[in-house]
Amino acid sequence: MADASSPALLSAEGLSSFYGRMHALKPTSFTVRQGELVTMLGPNGAGKSTLLRALMRLNKADGSVMFDGQDVSRLSTHELAELGMIMVQEGRGLFGQMSVRENLVLGAYTGRSASGIDSSLDRVFTLFPRLKERLNQISSSLSGGEQQMLAIGRALMAEPKLLMLDEPSLGLAPRVAAEILTTLGNLNKQGLGILLVEQKAPLALKLAQRVYVLSLGRIVAELPAKEIKSHHDLAQYYLH
Amino acid sequence: MTSPNITSTDSMRHVVIPVAAVLAVLGIALSSSGYVVTLIGFAAIYGVFCTGLNFFMGYTGQASFGQNAFAALGGYGSAILTANYYWDPVLALLVSMVLSGVIAAAVGYPTLRLRGHYLAMATFALGLITYEISIEWNSLTQGYMGLSGIPPLGIGKYELVSEKHQLVVLTLVMLVGVWVSVRLRDSRFGRALRAIAGSEAAANALGINVARYKLAAFVVAAVYASVAGSLFAHFVGFISPEVFGASMVILSFTMLYLGGVGTTWGPIIGALIVSLLPEVLRGLKEMQDVVYSVVLIAILIFAPRGLSGLSVLFPRKQTGQTKQAEKNA
Repeated sequence: MADASSPALLSAEGLSSFYGRMHALKPTSFTVRQGELVTMLGPNGAGKSTLLRALMRLNKADGSVMFDGQDVSRLSTHELAELGMIMVQEGRGLFGQMSVRENLVLGAYTGRSASGIDSSLDRVFTLFPRLKERLNQISSSLSGGEQQMLAIGRALMAEPKLLMLDEPSLGLAPRVAAEILTTLGNLNKQGLGILLVEQKAPLALKLAQRVYVLSLGRIVAELPAKEIKSHHDLAQYYLH
Repeated sequence: MTSPNITSTDSMRHVVIPVAAVLAVLGIALSSSGYVVTLIGFAAIYGVFCTGLNFFMGYTGQASFGQNAFAALGGYGSAILTANYYWDPVLALLVSMVLSGVIAAAVGYPTLRLRGHYLAMATFALGLITYEISIEWNSLTQGYMGLSGIPPLGIGKYELVSEKHQLVVLTLVMLVGVWVSVRLRDSRFGRALRAIAGSEAAANALGINVARYKLAAFVVAAVYASVAGSLFAHFVGFISPEVFGASMVILSFTMLYLGGVGTTWGPIIGALIVSLLPEVLRGLKEMQDVVYSVVLIAILIFAPRGLSGLSVLFPRKQTGQTKQAEKNA
C-alpha cells in the first residue's frame, strides 16, 4: 500500500485532448504513486474516459506523461502496454467471438508477459475461479459480471505495473460489482498500482487512497479518499 | 503460447473431410474431359487467391478491393520472365512473389493508415492503377493484346505439358496454401490478427502493434494473389489486362462470401461453386444469368455466413469438457 512518500509511478502534466473541436480534456495534471489505488470520479461527460484514452494514446493528446521514471509522452499505445500500462476499456473490449482462454492468452501478448503464461493463467483463475469453469466458452456468451472478470483477468495476464479501469462496475449487479472491486482492492494490497475511473462508487472510494474529481474536462478536487466524508457536497454526490 | 486443444473429432471435421472432398473433386476432374479440368483448374487458382483475400478480410477484418493488382504483378512477372527471358517458371513465380510482397509493403504502409470505406476505396484505386499500367506499358505488357507463349509450370527440363498434371499441381499448391493459412491463423501472429479484427483499440491496448500486423497481413494476402496470378499465366499460357480487371475483384468477393469469409475452407468452396455454377446452368440458355444470380442471392440470404457456415447444422459431438462448459453457461 502506498503512502505520501512513495515515488510516482505515473505523473501527467498538462494532459489534454480534443474530440474534433471540442476540448474534452483541458490541461490536467495528476499522479499515481507506486502501489497506490487512485479513483478518478466525475459525472457523465466529465472527461474521465477521455483522460484514460489520452493517457494510453488511444486519443490524440498533448502534455507530458512520465511512467516508471521514463518519459512516455511520445510513445504509442502498444509501446505503453509493453511498458506495463494496461487499460481495461469501458465496454470491456473483449474479443467476442473468441473463447475465454483465447482472450486471456492474448492478454499475455506483450514481450514482458509472453513467457510464463500458465502461471499467469493460474493466478487469474485464483482471483476469478468462474473463468476457469468457462474456459472454452465464447466470451460474448458470458454474463456481464463474468465479462468484466475476463477483461480484468486479461489485463492481469499482461503483468501490468499500472492497471487502469474505465468504470468496471458499470451495468453490473451491486453484489457482482462489489466482488470485482474487492478483488481490485486485494490486488492493490499486493502492490499493484491502480487508476480507477468511476461515476459513483462508494466501495471504490473505500478502497482508494486518493481521489481526483473531474468536472467539465478538468480536475476540480484532489483529496485523500478518507477525507471525502468531510466534504459535504462531494460526499452527498459520490457516497450515496 | 498455449495451443488450442484439437480433438480427433475436430481434425476429422476440419482436415480429413475437406481434404478428402478436395481429392474427390480432383479425381472426378481427372476422369473427365479437358473442359472440366480447365474449370476445376480455375477454381483451384481462385482458391489460392481467395485464401489470401480471406487472410486479410476474414481473419484481420480489413477490406481490400485491390488484391487483383498483386495477381497482375504475379501474372505479368511470371509471363515476362519466362516468355521473354526464358526463366524457369518456378523461379519466376518465386521472384514475382517477392516482388509483390515488397510492393505490397511499400504501398500498404501509407494506405493501411486508412480504415473502413476509405481503405476499401484506396485499395480499389490500387487495382485500377495496375490495370491502367498493364494497358499503357505496351513495350512490356503488349497492352490489350496481352502476352502469349507463356510456358506451363515446370522445373528445369520437366514441364507439366498435360492439363491434368497441371491440375494435380494446382490442387497441391491450393492445399499447401490453405495449410499455410491455417498455420499462420493459429500462430501468435494469427491470434493478433484476429484480435485486430475484433477490436483495433483493444488489440492496441494489449500491446499489439496494429499498424505493423495489418501491413504483414496485407503482404501475406498479396503474396497469395501473386501466386494465383503466376499459376493462371502458366495454366492458360496467355494473359491480358482484362484477366486481372475489376471482374476478378467481383468474382473473388462472390466466392469469398458465398463460401464463408473468415472460415478455413469457405474460400475453396466458394471458388469451386462460382467456377462451376455457370456450367451447371448452361442448359438454361438465355435464363442462365438470371438463375445464376437468383441462386447466389438465395445462398447469401439463407446462408449469410456462407456455405461453410452451414456446418452448424451438423452439431459437434460434445467432449466432456465442452459439455461441462455448456452446462455452466
